[in-house]
Amino acid sequence: MAIFLTKDSKVIVQGMTGATGMKHTKLMLGDGTNIVGGVNPRKAGTSVDFDGTEVPVFGTVAEAMEKTGADVSVLFVPPAFSKAAVVEAIDAEIPLAVVITEGIAVHDSAAFYAYAVEKGNKTRIIGPNCPGLITPGQSNAGIIPGDITKPGRIGLVSKSGTLTYQMMYELRDIGFSSAVGIGGDPVIGTTHIDALAAFEADPDTDLIVMIGEIGGDAEERAADFIAKNVTKPVVGYVAGFTAPEGKTMGHAGAIVSGSSGTAQAKKEALEAAGVKVGKTPTETAKLAREALTA
Amino acid sequence: MQAMHTARETTEKGWTRVDLFEYQARDLFAKHGVPVLAGEVIDTPEAARAVTERLGGKSVVKAQVKVGGRGKAGGVKLAATPDEAVARATDILGMDIKGHTVHKVMIAETAPEIAEEYYVSYLLDRTNRTFLAMASVQGGVEIEVVAEENPDALAKVPVNANEGVSIEKAREIVAQAKFPAEVAEQVAEIMVTLWDTFIKEDALLVEVNPLAKVADGRVIALDGKVSLDENAEFRQPDHEALEDKAAANPLEAAAKAKNLNYVKLDGEVGIIGNGAGLVMSTLDVVAYAGEKHSNVKPANFLDIGGGASAEVMANGLEIILGDPDVKSVFVNVFGGITACDEVANGIVQALELLKSKGEDVTKPLVVRLDGNNAELGRKILSDANHPLVQRVDTMDGAADKAAELAAAAAK
Repeated sequence: MAIFLTKDSKVIVQGMTGATGMKHTKLMLGDGTNIVGGVNPRKAGTSVDFDGTEVPVFGTVAEAMEKTGADVSVLFVPPAFSKAAVVEAIDAEIPLAVVITEGIAVHDSAAFYAYAVEKGNKTRIIGPNCPGLITPGQSNAGIIPGDITKPGRIGLVSKSGTLTYQMMYELRDIGFSSAVGIGGDPVIGTTHIDALAAFEADPDTDLIVMIGEIGGDAEERAADFIAKNVTKPVVGYVAGFTAPEGKTMGHAGAIVSGSSGTAQAKKEALEAAGVKVGKTPTETAKLAREALTA
Repeated sequence: MQAMHTARETTEKGWTRVDLFEYQARDLFAKHGVPVLAGEVIDTPEAARAVTERLGGKSVVKAQVKVGGRGKAGGVKLAATPDEAVARATDILGMDIKGHTVHKVMIAETAPEIAEEYYVSYLLDRTNRTFLAMASVQGGVEIEVVAEENPDALAKVPVNANEGVSIEKAREIVAQAKFPAEVAEQVAEIMVTLWDTFIKEDALLVEVNPLAKVADGRVIALDGKVSLDENAEFRQPDHEALEDKAAANPLEAAAKAKNLNYVKLDGEVGIIGNGAGLVMSTLDVVAYAGEKHSNVKPANFLDIGGGASAEVMANGLEIILGDPDVKSVFVNVFGGITACDEVANGIVQALELLKSKGEDVTKPLVVRLDGNNAELGRKILSDANHPLVQRVDTMDGAADKAAELAAAAAK
């Protein structure tokens, strides 16, 4: 099982022929990902050789899906073109679009998220500004290093890329069912709650580790969701206790999110929902071990 | 990653916001048709005279600071004559308002007598992943107070990013906020022009407070705030000029010039790491460790990103070693795609590079390498045997050592 991504996933890469796309397509292939195509309208009909694996390039996402049965797209498209690329993926109704790109304008993210909702949520968006997701031993859709850990029974959801890697490394001897980097942008497609719900339903996940960061109220809402809907043990970590308040100027933002947003508020909300929260990544890993053997 | 304005924003993973001064917000409002009063920004008292003369002999002198409460602090004064405008500008320029020094004042047209004060804004609603219109007939005061004490007086209306605000939508917002009938249509038209400002400028916040009904019945934006999305600068070529580069800390300015994601903090342990989340976590771990070592704290946030070449490492070390507050440095790297042997070589080469440039490299470095090729990286550091570099292989242990060294050096 695992969540969102399995060995049966057929993956295409939008922006495969750019430098970053080439580098990571090669790495994803090395991790066993079934990459069935790339998308670039200017290079349609050609193919790219990755150490002996020929990957065809299609003109559009719809064409790639029609020819290959692809059900996942990973996007390495530059920020200025990301909105159009995500909208194309949504129009093609691909079930999963993983947006790795960093630096997308918020108005663009808000527009493509609204568009996905309008189109009936047929496309799950992960990201933007995220490392993607990995189901160790099966498939890797993004830039998470494939060799940190092995298949196992911990599910991980995180706003931060490097903290995802750190946590996978701390618990590498136990292994992970899936690890999902949801990204820390103000508007993201898949939230902590979406991943928590999927891990709760996944028979191959025994324990969930959730990593949050200051800003927004996603962790507080996740805590509320855990209290009501999650029966599996959840261990948490929140980064940013010592990050100072910014020179916030607009008063309006605070009204929408209430007093939440600080690391302390998030920690307290999670603990009130029965989540054990570590002070450091290492302590969090220790709590996860204890929860698994309890 | 682009350089950041505050740690709070930096830590939100590369999402950056450019907060504007009132006069810049006013200019953007005017550009998109939101009614505003005439005004010009100046930075010397004498310049107030000519502007006030152009405005008909009287003016309002308004401190330009990115903090609320300037009126109460004496940062807004009426001037009945050009001479008085010069005198008021002399008083206000250089004034300290809640830690912000006033470098500029706006000389504005005096408002006709104010009859009523309202509040309107558009902003990003992160929770619902959409935009939000907010409006209230109780403006002119801090809107948090209204939200807290009388939440029904603040209308919040979601706005679909792809549908935007038509005049019909604007009328809906105005109706929900229960604006008086005689101004409803004027305010609705302003809500459309304000939406134009929000969308066309890639803003994260546009706020008018107060939106005033004046004696002759007109509705005018008297003060406002705008925050822009730095990620949109690729299609907003005019926005870079709106950034307040003069206000940045000198170390932050130097870091930005080198494309480093650096924020100066108040502490003694210099921090270098890769990835915003890991660096943020490193700050926390160092602060905890500091509790046992004279309460030393992290001196900065510095994310060198994924690449971490010798040159980037050298640039980062140069900034941090140039901070007189720094007593020790903690380099915390998790090798993901980047291999730790490359990072280790980067550190060794960076120290040589700095020495060859005549930099005074005397502060101890604690290095923790984990992840991809960690063994190889650690061996490179051990073989180099640099007198200032200590290897500690766990994050918590390394943070403790860095804090201990900083505390010892600070004595």
